[in-house]
Amino acid sequence: MANPLHIVVCAGIVPDPLQTLEPVVTATGPGLKNELVLPAVLDPWAASALYEAAHLAGKWPGSKVWLVSVGPKAKLQQVMMTIAQKAAFELVAIDAPIGGFADAEATAQALTDAIVGIAGLDRERLLLFGGWESASRGAGVTLQLVGERLGILDQFQGVDQIDLREDGSFEVAERVEGGRQQVSQCAGAPAVLGWATGNLAEPRNNPQLGMTNMHTVMPALQRAKRMDLSSNGLHYLSVSLPKQQRLTRVVKDATPEAIAAELAEWIGAE
Amino acid sequence: MDWSRVVESVLVLTHVDENGVALTKASLEAVTAGKELAQRLAASITIGIVGANGRSAARSVTGTGARLIAVGGEAFAQPRFASDAAACEALCRAAHATLVLAPHSSRFARITASVAHRLAGVIDTHITSLDLEGGDGICALRWFYRQRIEVVLTRSKRPWFLLLDGGTHAAFAAEPSAANVEELAVELPVLRTNIVGIRNPRQALQTVRPDARMLFVAGAGWTKKQPDGQTHVEDAGHLILAFLHATNASLGSSKSLVDQGGEGHSVLPFLTHLNQVGQTGSMPRHAKGLSTCCHGEEPHVVGWRFIGERRAISLDANCGWTRGKADVVYVADAFQVMTRLNVLLTVKKSEETAE
Repeated sequence: MANPLHIVVCAGIVPDPLQTLEPVVTATGPGLKNELVLPAVLDPWAASALYEAAHLAGKWPGSKVWLVSVGPKAKLQQVMMTIAQKAAFELVAIDAPIGGFADAEATAQALTDAIVGIAGLDRERLLLFGGWESASRGAGVTLQLVGERLGILDQFQGVDQIDLREDGSFEVAERVEGGRQQVSQCAGAPAVLGWATGNLAEPRNNPQLGMTNMHTVMPALQRAKRMDLSSNGLHYLSVSLPKQQRLTRVVKDATPEAIAAELAEWIGAE
Repeated sequence: MDWSRVVESVLVLTHVDENGVALTKASLEAVTAGKELAQRLAASITIGIVGANGRSAARSVTGTGARLIAVGGEAFAQPRFASDAAACEALCRAAHATLVLAPHSSRFARITASVAHRLAGVIDTHITSLDLEGGDGICALRWFYRQRIEVVLTRSKRPWFLLLDGGTHAAFAAEPSAANVEELAVELPVLRTNIVGIRNPRQALQTVRPDARMLFVAGAGWTKKQPDGQTHVEDAGHLILAFLHATNASLGSSKSLVDQGGEGHSVLPFLTHLNQVGQTGSMPRHAKGLSTCCHGEEPHVVGWRFIGERRAISLDANCGWTRGKADVVYVADAFQVMTRLNVLLTVKKSEETAE
């Protein structure tokens, strides 16, 4: 490829999906109980984006990946200890409150400012990656808003695959309704790709890569600017756990024939 | 600006289906939501249509009494960011609405946040219901943390864009009639993306069926060793496909089962990540759901948060998928039950065909 890739991956951090979450009211609005001590992970779909970015950059010599992440410094550092062992990147950190209750507009503005400030980034060659939805707010709008602010008019969401060609153009597969994919051809960067699961398995930990990455991660965390995210007119009227608990009828010691007959009747009933 | 003093007006953004002549079901659901909201607010309503032939599609919503505006032409036949965003921006500017409702389809989910930004508005997505707060303010219900926390929120800023999840409202239905549609001209940017087409992710059966009455969820237990000490992945595949054939159910999968493919284990060949439900999968809506061989705790179970009647076949009655989550759990070997169930369903289907 004539021009190496410049890939910026936007990735938030979220509580480990296996943790029990309980909403609480804080001085600044809704939050999660013990939020700062809950184990955190890189947002799952954004992590897919990072692995795809690192894979692409590895195939095209001279390419570079930046990881732009928003969160409290301590939590970012904790997550980076793991992520840094999985993919090569340069971290751009933004020190801001964690959580899904922040407004997407404010988050997008903070991310945009950070991307614009990246030294050496050629925005004409920019592929902006991220998850198509987060595991916290799950709105699927932040990456789109960053792309819009950067003036990028080729955006793709729910991406599972990208096939990059020598001339810089690419074919991309996006998820659409009915478990199908829409396939598009794009002339090339700049473009926004909000990733779904992709096709790559999670890379194994590589301690040597981790050591290399941490040389840039720690200074990036020290440089991270503190930001407060504005509410942008967003008001939460209630934040609660769903109360619904079903009274489960447990059927033990029934023969497979009897169970099958009961299920057949249930399936057929309108 | 103090938006509390502004009289609300509603715009419903809609788009045509793949055939290009009718509005999608999700669009018609948004029309219902918009009509109900406008009535409660005593607000004006406009319906905006995007598609190659919006005039034809508009016939199905003339019964709403709404003002109809459309952006049409070949450039808008394809769901593409640059053209769709330009079209919706033009519709919004023409409607001057304070509330913009739209279906959370892949086509509109791709663009609506950008359109909101161009209009200096705000956006919330995955809305499952709309209500009036204290009689006059509008509030929206949506889920956070992958359907684990339920939130009611409101916004003081306008225009407020709201993307509605599919299946949360009835589709608008009325006798089609001639429509008076204002067609808007749109100046397009240079289009650098061309849509090649729609494909199945693999050369396999189409097993994700959003309109099916039933969801069948397959868990990792299907690929584990059975009482004879062997795995029976091929048999599991046959049983699952036979059930789908007999019932036209949609196929969902637990994350662990889909992930096994990436870890080099035996997997069901027709499963992809698009079948996955739950934390990092989809949140389908179906009237009934049957889970088989699924194990896990609460975070994994959110995949069937929006399933009406739920039953499960599991060897563990206390598993997180079953206790308190399913209406009925059958403690049994799924291989045995499904074999017999498929026979019954096949016979029943044959009888119905004969009639």
